Amino acid sequence: MDPMTVPVGNYVALSSVIFFIGVAGVLTRRNPLIMLMSIELMFNAANLLFMAFARVWVHNAGHIFAFLVIMVAAAEAAIGLAIVVTVFRSAKHVDVDDVALMKG
Amino acid sequence: MIGFWILAVVMLASSIWCITATRPVYSVVALLLHFAALAAMYLTLHAEFLAVIQLIVYSGAILILFLFVIALLSSGVAPFSVGPDRLPKILIPAVGLIAVALGFITYALSRTNALVTPGAAVGTNLGVTGEAGVFGSVADFGKALFTSYLLPFEITALILMVAVIGVILLAGDRTPYVSSRKQAGENRRDMREAVLRGGE
Repeated sequence: MDPMTVPVGNYVALSSVIFFIGVAGVLTRRNPLIMLMSIELMFNAANLLFMAFARVWVHNAGHIFAFLVIMVAAAEAAIGLAIVVTVFRSAKHVDVDDVALMKG
Repeated sequence: MIGFWILAVVMLASSIWCITATRPVYSVVALLLHFAALAAMYLTLHAEFLAVIQLIVYSGAILILFLFVIALLSSGVAPFSVGPDRLPKILIPAVGLIAVALGFITYALSRTNALVTPGAAVGTNLGVTGEAGVFGSVADFGKALFTSYLLPFEITALILMVAVIGVILLAGDRTPYVSSRKQAGENRRDMREAVLRGGE
């Protein structure tokens, strides 16, 4: 095998490990900012897969999808941070376990 | 191949640092490192436009937004719960889950033989990164974005507008907002009296 060749399985494995690290961050941390950053990690793991498979099939639909994912991630980060700021204004302490207003 | 492994180690280490850091600022720094390595990996995958977008939008806009919020919320007080206090409890199930998922992926990929070859001519339209007209170049990307994928691109504008309106409604400054004509009249009278008092 050509030494410059990277099997696409390496990208899939790397992407899935980073995705699960993001999942672990969302599930374990109590700081909403770090939870949002873990969500960004998951978005980027998905983007890496889009890039890898766009490269495998030499088709730029993966690039377009990754571009749209980046835009949605920007909107999501803005809204999430606005919610954090709003909760902090009323509570003066940000702990996601204490924010249970919508709990049924 | 060696570049892939270096970047992969940097990305894994920085993502673990991001979710285990005790202070949010350290998490932002770790995420910055992660995004830089990811942009370099996009370059090895012939996605030069997305590499630049990754640096500008993520590192330049989103992470700075995070930094602003951290600076805004933690001025003088310690508003955040610290420490990954639930991490030890979930560590063993998480590692098991990752192992199972990787097993599935390895099995699925062992049945294909797709390869990623940086710099080599796999497809028809693949040349040197940075040249116009090859796969992943800005011209290629822009042509696809504004012809085949024009509708998703336009919908992106709608999503961003909804996000902006939502953010203003959620966290915007409410003092200039007046709900009634009476309130507006009172505000105007207060301002006039303040001017008459000498601009205190």
